[in-house]
Amino acid sequence: MEPILEVKELTKDFGGLRALDRIDLKVHRGQIVALIGPNGAGKTTFFNCITGIYQPTKGEMLISPGGKEKKSLNGLKPNHVTKSGLARTFQNIRLFQNMTVLENVMIGRHCRMHAGIPGAVFRNPATMREEKQVVEDSYRLLEKIGLEQYVNEYAKNLPYGAQRRLEIARAMATEPFMLLLDEPAAGMNVKETKELDDLIVQICHQEKISILLIEHDMKLVMSLSDLIYVVDYGKKIAEGTPEEIKNNPDVIKAYLGEEVDA
Amino acid sequence: MFSFSEIKKSLLISLWFMFLTFPIMVIRVNTIYKTIEWRWDRMIMVGVGSFFLSFLWRFFIGKKETGKKKTDTGEVQQLTWIQRLTENKKIYLPSLVAISVFVVLFPFVFSMYQTNIMTTALIYVVVGLGLNIVVGLAGLLDLGYVAFYAVGAYTYALLNQHFGLGFWTVLPLGAAMGFMFGVILGFPVLRLRGDYLAIVTLGFGEIIRLILENWNAFSSGPSGIANIPRPGLFGLHLSLHQNIIYMYFIMIGLAIFTIFIVGRLQDSRLGRAWIALREDEVACQAMGIDKTRTKLSAFALGATWAGMGGVMFAAKTTFINPASFTIWESIIILCVVVIGGMGSVLGVICGAMVLILLPEYLRAFSEYRMLLFGAILVIMMVFRPEGIISNVRKTYKFEGLKDNNKDNS
Amino acid sequence: MEYFIELFLGGLTRGSIYALIALGYTMVYGIIQLINFAHGEIYMIGAFTALIVAGILSMLGWNPVAILIIASVIAVVYSASYGWTIEKLAYKPLRQAPRLSALISAIGMSMFLQYYVLLAQTSNFLPFPSLIPDFKFMEPIEHIVRSSEIVIYITTAIVMVFLTFLIKFTRIGKAMRATAQDRDMAMLVGIDVNKVISFTFIIGSATAAIGGVLVASHTGQINYYIGFIAGIKAFVAAVLGGIGSMPGAVLGSLVLGMSESFFTGYISSDYEDVFAFLFLVFTLIFRPSGILGRSDTDKV
Ligand SMILES: Nc1ncnc2c1ncn2[C@@H]1O[C@H](COP(=O)(O)OP(=O)(O)O)[C@@H](O)[C@H]1O
Ligand SMILES: [Mg+2]
Repeated sequence: MEPILEVKELTKDFGGLRALDRIDLKVHRGQIVALIGPNGAGKTTFFNCITGIYQPTKGEMLISPGGKEKKSLNGLKPNHVTKSGLARTFQNIRLFQNMTVLENVMIGRHCRMHAGIPGAVFRNPATMREEKQVVEDSYRLLEKIGLEQYVNEYAKNLPYGAQRRLEIARAMATEPFMLLLDEPAAGMNVKETKELDDLIVQICHQEKISILLIEHDMKLVMSLSDLIYVVDYGKKIAEGTPEEIKNNPDVIKAYLGEEVDA
Repeated sequence: MFSFSEIKKSLLISLWFMFLTFPIMVIRVNTIYKTIEWRWDRMIMVGVGSFFLSFLWRFFIGKKETGKKKTDTGEVQQLTWIQRLTENKKIYLPSLVAISVFVVLFPFVFSMYQTNIMTTALIYVVVGLGLNIVVGLAGLLDLGYVAFYAVGAYTYALLNQHFGLGFWTVLPLGAAMGFMFGVILGFPVLRLRGDYLAIVTLGFGEIIRLILENWNAFSSGPSGIANIPRPGLFGLHLSLHQNIIYMYFIMIGLAIFTIFIVGRLQDSRLGRAWIALREDEVACQAMGIDKTRTKLSAFALGATWAGMGGVMFAAKTTFINPASFTIWESIIILCVVVIGGMGSVLGVICGAMVLILLPEYLRAFSEYRMLLFGAILVIMMVFRPEGIISNVRKTYKFEGLKDNNKDNS
Repeated sequence: MEYFIELFLGGLTRGSIYALIALGYTMVYGIIQLINFAHGEIYMIGAFTALIVAGILSMLGWNPVAILIIASVIAVVYSASYGWTIEKLAYKPLRQAPRLSALISAIGMSMFLQYYVLLAQTSNFLPFPSLIPDFKFMEPIEHIVRSSEIVIYITTAIVMVFLTFLIKFTRIGKAMRATAQDRDMAMLVGIDVNKVISFTFIIGSATAAIGGVLVASHTGQINYYIGFIAGIKAFVAAVLGGIGSMPGAVLGSLVLGMSESFFTGYISSDYEDVFAFLFLVFTLIFRPSGILGRSDTDKV
């Protein structure tokens, strides 16, 4: 079985700074893979390269959603990446603050809809059906994520934890085969983190969406992940199962001086 | 309120303004006749005026700040009066009827002059709604919008001059030309960010005007094109008076048409994408929305209305020249959108009415009107930056799975 | 060849003048991200103030050089005062408001000041005394470059050196750079941001006033509208160079001035402004952040 995401020797320079240095990474179908490392290690940059927000300096990024044909992500614009089935959340929440929760999810559905200018103006039956469908689909998705009570609220009025979940819902609305979550538990309390843990498991097992996760909460990472990659200063310093990572001396050294929040 | 320290503050302010305005207000030199005119009375006026105005200014600034604090702490989302008005069917329907009656009777009750001004205001409603798509919804600052207005006007004037095409034939052509120019000019510039976009669109606006001004063979240069026919009505001969009324109703029709179409665009898949784009470009792209296409559609659709408005403008004034399409025109249309309340259709209508009618009625102050206009813009922005009608965007509201539909929130 | 040199020097003159105005634009933009539409009017007010002062003094029969110096100083003081006041009145209350609101406020201020001068003075062009003397040593090349142009080059250079020094090495300069980088962070480390913004307006306006006086005595006439046109051109120059960057503003101004000069000299004077804007558009298409602007990918 081919990996659904394969990254080879990914390198990204910002002027003189090498934020990513020849990173290799593979994600297989049904896996939850974690990417960890100290602040500034280059994790978010890695996401930005894969999702087309930054152009990598070197390296190859391939996806293979069906497990057969490979498709390169190099040079794709972010919207095309999303359309190919990779969706992401952001470390610093980037919701559409002045739109409602429902509308945020509806935007996620955008790339799976078809109506254009004529549809908007003439409101033909197909468009009307689509519009009705999108509201319904979005609501059902919100139910799954557990946000249905906020459906008509403005995103900016949501509690912090709910905002993070809404970002996940919005990403899922694009019908990805793989979700990239950038520090989804940041700023959450213990209870919210537990709920998030359950949600991620649910997404992976029930929705059959594989997950690549950046997270600092080690407890969450250890309990969730099938495979963990550790980066430091843009270099991959380890990869393995949670057990292997826990006992890896390099990882312990990289985190030395930086508190591992348990 | 009138404590000693307040008075002292105002005194200082008044002294400051007397100093500030001293050379320009008080002294006038004539270097040819070698005379100097001293107008001390003006200094006293400035002093007294700024003394009292500074009290008012501070009072309103204070009021605005306490108001802001209240809405920050008070969790309840306050409905604006306009929301309450549109919510309540008992008020909404009768007022709609009343407005319709007023609109229909207007040209018969008021003078030709008034009707003419109202027609102008309606043109601004149409182009304002067009620009609102670009600036208010998609968040693209376009300072060269008048270019498309000029394209529409010259389309009519030239097609009429050379091929004898009539108003009704050219109206859709003007719109199409607007759209086309929107795409052509929009394509190269839309990857620019914020203020770069603003200045480049300003540049394009000026380029088009300057070309019209200098390319005599094509556009008759600065002297413009005269004798453009007014809209026809099945070949009937209309007197000037009748024609003014006729144009008024055409504009009412066009305005309603615009409101209808723009409303539909706004409440569509595309409209949602525009708003999302304004909110956060990066997130928007990451959600699979094609940034360039979405921006381009906003830009071109906005330009379409300008093209249409331009045709109407040419037909109404029967004479156009490049001087009608300066950057100031773009700015005034932009002000219509912002003063009215960005993103809100009702806001744009109010904005057009206020901005076009106000200077007309300020004619009483004749030469002071542009001065007042500038001051009103500043004061408006300082005390009510969200515009007359703060944005009451329709949001998608979910009301159960069976019969969900959209509603005013 | 001589024609080429003449065009080159003419371009340098234009560029220097654009630079004096563009610097103020770019500084203000760098700090509060506002296109200060009223900046051109500050320049115009500087020119008018100088005209009034110069008019009075020349009737008293003073020596032109003394008049030039005094008129310039007073113009600088007044323009700076106007800049400071405008910021307090029209922009400061809008710090938290949407950027477009501040822009509209600036446009309103620009209109207000134009008509204020029109009403208080006149709508006609006023002759401006030529205060810059013709230097003796310039006589042989007077047909290529005028004395006033030499003064413009030198003054612009001095102003630029002074501003660079100010921004690079002084306390307030450092505070300005910090505020431009990140206003909230600057506030956190104890920088009085309001003071920095005020200071930026004062410096920018003073620079514009110097430009106003020089241009007025070079061209010999002014009216209430000169600021608007010069302002737009200077803004184009600032954007061309990369708005927010001071060397960018100077470079953009020189590039714009030169290319305009060569274009009008060799090709066509009708389409001068068309050329200027097309030049801008093409530059930005290939370098979306201007010549010296940071072309950074936004941090996500
Ligand atoms: N757009 C950018 N421009 C310049 N440097 C950047 C940019 N984005 C990230 N960096 C740098 O790259 C490094 C890695 O950052 P990041 O990927 O955000 O780290 P992490 O997410 O692991 O905390 C940091 O040193 C950061 O300053
Ligand atoms: Mg990160």
